[in-house]
Amino acid sequence: MSSAGPCISLLGTTAVLLEAPGAMDLPTQRRIWNLAALISGWPGVREAIPGVTNLMVTFISPPSAIGTFVDALRDAWDEAGETELVGREVEMAVTYGGELGFSLHDVAEHTGLSIDEVVARHAAPLYVVFALGSHPGYCYLGGMDPSLTVPRRRSPLQSVAGGSVSIGGSQTGVAASPGPSGWHTIGHTRWTFFDPSWPIPAALAPGDRVRFKIERVIR
Amino acid sequence: MLGPASVQDLGRVGQYRFGVGTSGAMDDIALRAGNILLGNDENAAGVEIAFAPFKLRFNADAAFALTGADGGAELNGRLLPPWWRACAHAGDILVLKAMSRGARSYLTVAGGIDVPLVLGSRSTQLRGEFGGFHGRALQPGDILPCDRSESPDDAGELGAEPADIALRQRTLASGARRIRVIIAGEYDRYDEAARQLFWHTDWRVTPQSNRYGYRLEGPPVQPIVPIEKRSHGIVPGVIQIPPNGQPIIQLRDAQTSGGYPKFATVVEADLWRIGQAGLGSRLRFEPISHQEALAAQAEVSVYLERLRASVRLQGEL
Repeated sequence: MSSAGPCISLLGTTAVLLEAPGAMDLPTQRRIWNLAALISGWPGVREAIPGVTNLMVTFISPPSAIGTFVDALRDAWDEAGETELVGREVEMAVTYGGELGFSLHDVAEHTGLSIDEVVARHAAPLYVVFALGSHPGYCYLGGMDPSLTVPRRRSPLQSVAGGSVSIGGSQTGVAASPGPSGWHTIGHTRWTFFDPSWPIPAALAPGDRVRFKIERVIR
Repeated sequence: MLGPASVQDLGRVGQYRFGVGTSGAMDDIALRAGNILLGNDENAAGVEIAFAPFKLRFNADAAFALTGADGGAELNGRLLPPWWRACAHAGDILVLKAMSRGARSYLTVAGGIDVPLVLGSRSTQLRGEFGGFHGRALQPGDILPCDRSESPDDAGELGAEPADIALRQRTLASGARRIRVIIAGEYDRYDEAARQLFWHTDWRVTPQSNRYGYRLEGPPVQPIVPIEKRSHGIVPGVIQIPPNGQPIIQLRDAQTSGGYPKFATVVEADLWRIGQAGLGSRLRFEPISHQEALAAQAEVSVYLERLRASVRLQGEL
């Protein structure tokens, strides 16, 4: 484990954010999952929500002594173990490029790779669902090839289609419904991520695994 | 236009782990006040109205209240005061003619708007297309179901002290609204000049502002070096600064996570002031401590408690 401590900051009075030191990797994420399970049981805590190697804690009512809470959170991180979540494996068919993958060329240009190489590298890994967030059912996936890293947009787009497969920084994911996005859309899938009538409304959970199957590449 | 009308309660809490944000009234205090005037559960759903003219016909006798922005409301042509409870008869027409003193009015009815609870809330989840009235904004011709089982027979008319008077802030010479914030994670990544620029600018609310977020316009504020963060949870009120240097206040329908650097977060006690800031209005941010933010929220609680007490007293007379 890294000797550097986590970075803890306030989100107003309603939430606190803990960001793990070190790499964006699975061991760090397992420690975040471990911490989330622990903190969820603390009195006054509404939810402990894993992000990508970070954790947001929301409150039922704000702690009156926030410094004490932050210290306790830091101690809990220091003592946290690793929780190995191994969920189900799903395959999503993706059409890369075209109207619904309009940034494929931009990503190729920015990374210096060919279209085919971008697609091949994006579809190669077995991704791990690190966290859910952004919008209903959306999954942050760990395991993208770092050579596909592209900085987020200077200003977010007002809307991209549901099913958009996108890259933002060193992360990738699939929009579960239409909405605004600061990421670069390289493809599209018709997979269903969320239904509020399901007993658990999100189809995927942290620890599940996702493989993208190249259905078609529109160059 | 800040967006269409929609059904909202106080929000859908405890669902962040599925990526589901809170939604809920942009002015939570106004919604609570309307429900208090009617003796409703304070979390009962009402209609958030962000534009005028807005017209509605009552299909049955009902006590109702209007709070939030002054919509210049008329019931069958009779002008109603702002922050007011009244009774309508079947066939009566309610019109909100033009918004003044704020940007959003709230229509609450005795018993509440009776749409189904979805994941614990009646608020409209616009992105997910669920909750509220069929998961969408209201359209002309919609018929809103009301829970009339607990409606009082004849509540009579009653007013409440508006929040913008009870919780008045000293006004700035420039006319900008004063909004209190707590500094956030990336504040240290801006130099003194950038910070001063942020604190001393009257930020203009641009037309790209709605329930998702308010995009602000002013001189670009840039960090010392560009910041690219791993995605993490955010809450309504977080002020992000994307690389174009123009702040975005994330609000009730915002994504539940993001990666743009966070400069500060609007305190809970002032979120309703953002909800009442119209397009083109100006915002001036002021940093306060966590303790001061709790004190500000306590002032809101005192105001609401006073309102509850006065409505109870009125009921006993």
